[in-house]
Amino acid sequence: MIEAQQLTKRYGEKTAVDGLDFTVKPGTVTGFLGPNGAGKSTTMRMIVGLDAPTSGSVTVNGHRYARHQAPLQEVGALLEAKSIHPGRSAYHHLRALALTHGIPRRRVDEVVELAGLGSVAKKRAGAFSLGMGQRLGIAAALLGDPQTVMLDEPVNGLDPEGVLWIRNLLTSLADEGRTVFVSSHLMSEVALVADHLIIVGRGRLLADTTVRDLVREAGGDTVKVATQDPARLRDVLAGPGVEITGRIGTEELQVTGMSAREIGLKAAEHGIPLFELTTKAVSLEEAFMELTRDAVEYHGSTGTETSGSAA
Amino acid sequence: MSTLTATPETPEAATRAPARPVYRVTGRRVLASEWAKLWSLRSTWITLGLGLLFLVAFGVIAASHYKSNLDSGRHMDRDFATATAVGLSLFGTNFAQLALGVLGVLVTAGEYSTGMIRSTLAAVPRRLPVLWSKAAVYGLVALVVATAGAFVAFLVGSRIVSGTPAAMGLGHAGVVRSLLGAGLYLGLVGVIGAALGALLRSVAGGISVLVAALMLVPGLVSLLPTSWQGDIDPYLPSHAGESIFALTHDSTTLSPSAGLLVFLGWTALALAGAAYRLLRSDV
Repeated sequence: MIEAQQLTKRYGEKTAVDGLDFTVKPGTVTGFLGPNGAGKSTTMRMIVGLDAPTSGSVTVNGHRYARHQAPLQEVGALLEAKSIHPGRSAYHHLRALALTHGIPRRRVDEVVELAGLGSVAKKRAGAFSLGMGQRLGIAAALLGDPQTVMLDEPVNGLDPEGVLWIRNLLTSLADEGRTVFVSSHLMSEVALVADHLIIVGRGRLLADTTVRDLVREAGGDTVKVATQDPARLRDVLAGPGVEITGRIGTEELQVTGMSAREIGLKAAEHGIPLFELTTKAVSLEEAFMELTRDAVEYHGSTGTETSGSAA
Repeated sequence: MSTLTATPETPEAATRAPARPVYRVTGRRVLASEWAKLWSLRSTWITLGLGLLFLVAFGVIAASHYKSNLDSGRHMDRDFATATAVGLSLFGTNFAQLALGVLGVLVTAGEYSTGMIRSTLAAVPRRLPVLWSKAAVYGLVALVVATAGAFVAFLVGSRIVSGTPAAMGLGHAGVVRSLLGAGLYLGLVGVIGAALGALLRSVAGGISVLVAALMLVPGLVSLLPTSWQGDIDPYLPSHAGESIFALTHDSTTLSPSAGLLVFLGWTALALAGAAYRLLRSDV
């Protein structure tokens, strides 16, 4: 369980994180989404105490991260930037971290195997490929067998095989009942694994929602209809809650608020021939773009309001 | 390490996950971790080896040089003419302090330049135990290596100069104190290096300030008016440090114990600065 309350981080003039409130509930996979520079990494660094909030607070399982007697057992974090000494072997890196907590050697071997590092564990970590480095980061995150695993852009720069590995890992972590908090700027990546979404833009919370709700709020499904007489079909379909758009001079209409089946029946009832009748689901990516684009505009036009509405 | 004695586990946590092992960060464990970190890097072995080599080799070279000058009957400058076996053997201290100080900087600043510090502080988010452990572990290692080096340099060097006016044995008054003092001085230089590395978070910056403090500042002070010099000079890190292991003392130098106290003061100051920055700044 991670709880942020009015979490704020300023670097001089720039506000990286601006009054964030959110809760990452136990036992869920929560996606942390936002364009680059939205404050995701800063937020995650504040969660594990690497950065101190300018104001507000964030707690892990009820306490500040640093207050825990065994922090690695509460949250395992994979941060975006490499956090290893390139001259040390993967094994010695993990062993040094394990020693701080009294984590037995056996567990180090376990996470080495789990991350698929068995054959390279004794090699200098500086020689690792990006994918291997990421596996080492994940091995370190799992060292304390934490209930919450937090990963910052875990698939960034990985090859398809690496992406697949991370995806399966996230799913298996969730299946074990762990809380997974994973950030990304790619909705498509997160949507595959996440139930819950926290969406930020320019350091502000844009949405705290679920994948299903996000799609529904973004306008739900549209039906594309093509007919010889769009004007007449328009009249026939018109009704409360139904929205019809279409360009003049074309035979196509976009209908929301009615299912393809209803449209087909209505058209047949009035003897209007249809050439095409397709349900087009709003992709999550579109919904996400819509949301973050609005945020950018909002910030651009009402900059003076920012301080007042942050409270 | 009292800050590390954590509160007892809440009953809630115990009932929620009874099967989970109980881990806990303690001061002793952070020490063990820093010990493991130090020895798992090749640079540690290389730099310590260099420090030891400088200490012994330059001591032996200085002793041989003295002996050959004496044998050939050439004129020697005054410093050299009044040399003792201890002074000659510890000639390498100046060079060894560079190697050991630089390794001290690497121990802390190296974590910042590589990003390792994020892993370190995520594991020990209270932070200060990391600094104390690094300083203690590395200071102790540097002390042991330097003391061993000083004794080896003296044993070899004193054999070379035996039968000359500089000859001395371990039994001579003040010799053992000098050699131990040299080890202590170099150990503390290591701690200062580590503190500067943590304070400046940059390998280049840490080394620069270390070299400036130990080698350049005395030169700069000599440009000051003479009346000031006498008041400042003995208290400079390098001069206070030298008086810890110098065999003879005069009115312009501090006594060994006073020198040690002053040098400890400089060490504490550097550590305090490092601790302040560690607690205050984001990483």
